[in-house]
Amino acid sequence: MSTLTPVGGSALLPGRPAVSLRSNRPRHGETFVRFLLRVAAILTIVITGGILIALLVPSIEFFRTVSVFDFLFGDRWAPRFADASFGVLPLVTATAWTSGIALLVAIPLGLGAAVFLSEYAKPGLRKVLKPVLEILAGIPTVVFGLFALQFVQATVFRGLFDLDTGAFSVLAAGLVMGVMIVPTIASISEDAMSAVPLSMRQGSAALGANRMQTTVRVVFPAALSGIIAAIVLGVSRAVGETMIVAIAAGGQARIVTGPLEQGQTMTGFIANAALGDSRVGSLEYDTLFAVGLLLFLVTLLFNFISIRFVRRFREIY
Amino acid sequence: MPTKTRAASYTTGSDQKPTIHFPAEHAERSAALPTVPNAIIECKDVNVYYNAFRAVTGVDLSFGSKEITALIGPSGCGKSTLLRSLNRMNDLIDGARVEGSVTFQGEDIYHKEVDAIEVRRRIGMVFQKPNPFPKSIYDNIAYGPRVIGLKASNMDDLVEEALTRAALWPEVKDKLKQSAFGLSGGQQQRLCIARTIAVKPDVILMDEPCSSLDPIATSRIEDLMYELREDYTIIIVTHNMQQAARVADRTAFFTALASEETGDRTGLLVEYDLTKKIFESPADQRTEDYISGRFG
Repeated sequence: MSTLTPVGGSALLPGRPAVSLRSNRPRHGETFVRFLLRVAAILTIVITGGILIALLVPSIEFFRTVSVFDFLFGDRWAPRFADASFGVLPLVTATAWTSGIALLVAIPLGLGAAVFLSEYAKPGLRKVLKPVLEILAGIPTVVFGLFALQFVQATVFRGLFDLDTGAFSVLAAGLVMGVMIVPTIASISEDAMSAVPLSMRQGSAALGANRMQTTVRVVFPAALSGIIAAIVLGVSRAVGETMIVAIAAGGQARIVTGPLEQGQTMTGFIANAALGDSRVGSLEYDTLFAVGLLLFLVTLLFNFISIRFVRRFREIY
Repeated sequence: MPTKTRAASYTTGSDQKPTIHFPAEHAERSAALPTVPNAIIECKDVNVYYNAFRAVTGVDLSFGSKEITALIGPSGCGKSTLLRSLNRMNDLIDGARVEGSVTFQGEDIYHKEVDAIEVRRRIGMVFQKPNPFPKSIYDNIAYGPRVIGLKASNMDDLVEEALTRAALWPEVKDKLKQSAFGLSGGQQQRLCIARTIAVKPDVILMDEPCSSLDPIATSRIEDLMYELREDYTIIIVTHNMQQAARVADRTAFFTALASEETGDRTGLLVEYDLTKKIFESPADQRTEDYISGRFG
């Protein structure tokens, strides 16, 4: 039996030593980076969990005093009165009005802008318009709030149209909040639509479809998951938006039955009450967290619904 | 037919056109072009630009009705660009511009009153990479008839007919509701052909339809083209010379020519004739070099 001699680099390249495929130096840098990344990922989850616990603990305390049923379905919200009542419906109706109005503005405008940018605008125009749109998203919400209060409500609604409304209205807050959310929905759904391969549009055009048909029947379904994600983010922003509603929607917690009424939203209540002098551990203090938890659950619910919806209807390319 | 006069026009382009110097022999080249009886699409002095860049220069070419015409030539010779200008797919590309005239059944498809959408309905297209929609097999076929508002008394029948013509029906008849993305590459390409047939066009343009397929799938597509020729005019761009030799009635050979000044390459038609003539006794030396594998 002959001895097998390893065929190394020397055999192939004369004058060179045989090469080994084994790692010959430790890669400390990579190990360290991997560690950092792992810490970042874990930290995110831990912090989220921490927030949830911070919400849950005072909330549980709250529900020892007030029953869940009275909280969810009671129609009188008066946590600071001597004759205290903790029915959250007034806050919920105000949030529903402002968010509903905002989404009624933001979804059509946002999707329209996205379709225009992605399907109709020439590349040069898109390059200019998209950053402009994203600047709109960077305006501080307190500025939007002042705009809603001073211009929309005072100047336009009461001055120009002489509407029967007070200093505040859920309509003014909702409309301006809608404008604020447009860039979020437009930008994210534009990204989703632009990501649909050009070959699909060409295939559609080659069959005699016009641009609108291609957009509605091919691009839209293919980009659905991104578009729904954009809308859900819009919903979350609307439900969670605080500054605009705190400034322009009003401060009295009463059930809202029309768009020109004032109303205190869930976030508006938290913003106002948190500024007050509620003692840690008091019922008033715990109330804040109960409302916060409800807010969190509402957003979570929308997320779940959207995931189910997307799974059911999207067309995966 | 403009022949020798066109040689001059190459070098006397206006400022925006890149000037390209051609060898003298080009003056003679189109004299040998055979007239195509029963032409359905005719190109006269077609130039296609992408912004200032001229991708195709001075093409005169007629495509016979219910024939298969192959466009062959090396990469960058503008054959795909020319193909896309035949049904105004270039409209979708920013900066693309077509000069000269392209007529379909005698009507200029670039006339300002002509609707590009109607043009594409009559002149369909199958692309290099299969591009089914992310929908069910059934909806892929029904898409075209639906968007053009074709009055189909029974959509199911129409879908079956199109899939049968594309030789795909036996393979998919039990999974019409499944996603087209579950099909193999060859099946997807036949689905794209079926989708095109479903809107009943007159002409089908095929842009290297087999370039992403294996030889067996390729041969099925070629058989299919041969069958479709009875009812449709087919114009195919291919890099595969054997494919052109196998399926095409006529073959046009293009080449790419670099400008002496800018180095930009532009495509031009070298020779156009019956496929047999092109492959057995080409008139132009460059055609012979390409066919025999000495170039390109």
